[in-house]
Amino acid sequence: MKFTWFNLMPWPHLPDDFREKNRSVWVDIDQRLFDPVKSHQVYNTYMDLLEYAATLGFDGIGVNEHHQNGYGIMPSPNIIAAGLARRTKDVALVVLGNSIALYNPPVRVAEEFAMLDCISGGRLVAGFPVGTSMDTNYCYGQIPSLTREKYAEAHELIIKAWTERDPFAFNGRYNKLRYVNIWPRPIQQPHPPVHIPGGGSVETYDFCIDNTYSYSYLSFSGYLRAQALMNGYWRRVEERGAPDTSPYRAGFAQTICVAETDEEAERLYAPHVSYFYNRCLHVFPGFADAPGYRTIKTIQTGALSQYAPPKGGYATLSWKELTEQGHVIAGSPETVRQRMEDLIKGLRVGNVFCLMHVGDMPADKCMYSTRLFAEKVMPKLRNIFPEHADDDRFWCKPIAQVAPGSLPAAPDRAPVPAE
Amino acid sequence: MLELKTVETQHGNVRYIEGGVGSELVFLHGAGGVTPSDPFLLALARTHHVRAPLLPGYGDSEEAPELRDMLDFTLHTWDVLDALKCSDPILVGHSMGGMIAAEMAAVQPNDVSRLALISAGGLWDDAHPIGDIFAAMPYEMPALLFNDPVAGEAMLTAGRDVEDPNFLQQFLVANARQLGMAGRILFPIPERGLANRLYRIKARTIVIWGDNDRLIPPFYAQAFKKGIKDAQLVSIPEAGHMVILEKPEAVADAVSRLG
Repeated sequence: MKFTWFNLMPWPHLPDDFREKNRSVWVDIDQRLFDPVKSHQVYNTYMDLLEYAATLGFDGIGVNEHHQNGYGIMPSPNIIAAGLARRTKDVALVVLGNSIALYNPPVRVAEEFAMLDCISGGRLVAGFPVGTSMDTNYCYGQIPSLTREKYAEAHELIIKAWTERDPFAFNGRYNKLRYVNIWPRPIQQPHPPVHIPGGGSVETYDFCIDNTYSYSYLSFSGYLRAQALMNGYWRRVEERGAPDTSPYRAGFAQTICVAETDEEAERLYAPHVSYFYNRCLHVFPGFADAPGYRTIKTIQTGALSQYAPPKGGYATLSWKELTEQGHVIAGSPETVRQRMEDLIKGLRVGNVFCLMHVGDMPADKCMYSTRLFAEKVMPKLRNIFPEHADDDRFWCKPIAQVAPGSLPAAPDRAPVPAE
Repeated sequence: MLELKTVETQHGNVRYIEGGVGSELVFLHGAGGVTPSDPFLLALARTHHVRAPLLPGYGDSEEAPELRDMLDFTLHTWDVLDALKCSDPILVGHSMGGMIAAEMAAVQPNDVSRLALISAGGLWDDAHPIGDIFAAMPYEMPALLFNDPVAGEAMLTAGRDVEDPNFLQQFLVANARQLGMAGRILFPIPERGLANRLYRIKARTIVIWGDNDRLIPPFYAQAFKKGIKDAQLVSIPEAGHMVILEKPEAVADAVSRLG
């Protein structure tokens, strides 16, 4: 099993009446709710928490990309990952990911990911999301019905830039480049492992299967509601005649809160879970799915956009409902272990993205929950798929790393060149 | 009285609505599409031979994913006119269709002698933003589109059972197909450089606008009038963006000044 500690980086100072006074947490959220001075502490605490998780034995620490978004103040995950690369060792840097249709030209992603891989010593796990409609269409102005075509071209260009050893010309529809010749290139060969976040479209299943990429379902509504979608994925893996059904072909994001007892979990975490589901997910439905963003085939399968709120909205969901329906896995280490085992076996996922900082959770509670998970839950889940323990196709392969602070003592006279 | 027919083009089969007797007239629909029961087409068909092609992805016109940008849309529509063996009709466009019609007249100025632009898209001024139909919820549309939103809503939902899940599914698919296609020239801002090309238009042009257009404000009626040599402006009172539904006779009369 691979456990990645993930921080969405929500803005923790949305007012109590946020829902009533604002139509959306995303795209046209009120500028005045962001306080740059306060953000200094928020960013540094969030990066400290990611680094803290790395010391506790998580396999990866994870970041992602959102724009104009009150629950994700990370328009550039690569900047955060670069900071983390310097202050961590051995842990995977899971950048899930860069919305590659948004970069002009997308060789920028090939370059920045190569830099991250080189600086971190081969620790990058690269994610290539299409990007939500909010980010891609409404914030960054991409034409909805051309987004996927542009994404596919960007993917082709990035992989070619990573793997070709000579300068090449790329005559794409969206990118015309005479000399593609990235410098640096990644340590990991032929390229860093790739994870693709998806929301249930058959095209994305096939894209992952055909390229040996891991399919990640990043949902906030929990594992019980994800069963049909993941069943669809595994059915497709068999239909396409993939050589194996390794659980590392799939990943899932889950909100997790651990305490000593179930009651303590509710007492400690309920307000922060409520903050996340009531304020942070308050997205104007008009931004959820620009016409043309999803393919006709996907709409015809009846799948709703994952940003379409459940009937009646999240606001009506109590702690009991959120935990019983699996949006959130919370409770004592034993409760969480049982439910995580159900999740991992039920969805057949080798990669779990643990959403352990929730809403406006303060650092001490987050550390408490994280440590309990790392010490009392994670070890018992490690060996669920022993027959696939050797499958390293979907994870990074670090080299021996230079420790930060590797400079010699400051010279007080002209150094003598080494022979 | 109006019939749906099919014509073959380079980009697949295109459906078009045809009817009426009189001078040749081609109507290009807006982002919402058009049907054979459209009151404006019926009004025009009393005095004109009307043909109204459906853009690929609209109605049961085949999709044409290879049409991606403004030039593709413009030349495709010229292809349709060629396939219909229709030369120098009165070219009429509403909203997105007006944007395409103006582009056609700018690209081939010697082939369009009469042009009617109704509540047309294609221009943008930061001080007069055009509404975002792509992010608008269905319940917000009547107020954007009609002078009288209550009557407008009744027109939009006539004959539809909005509670029926099958209808909803079909609506979502049709909406994705149609607005997905329209988005290629309208998203996120419905402007693709037309202002730079308006000077090329040689057609005798009538600009027709609802006085109370809340989607594309009447400011743009003035902008088209200024940009196209000798253009006339006809303002229609008590009408919104869907002036062709709210005042079909008045708009048809204004178009008829062209012949």
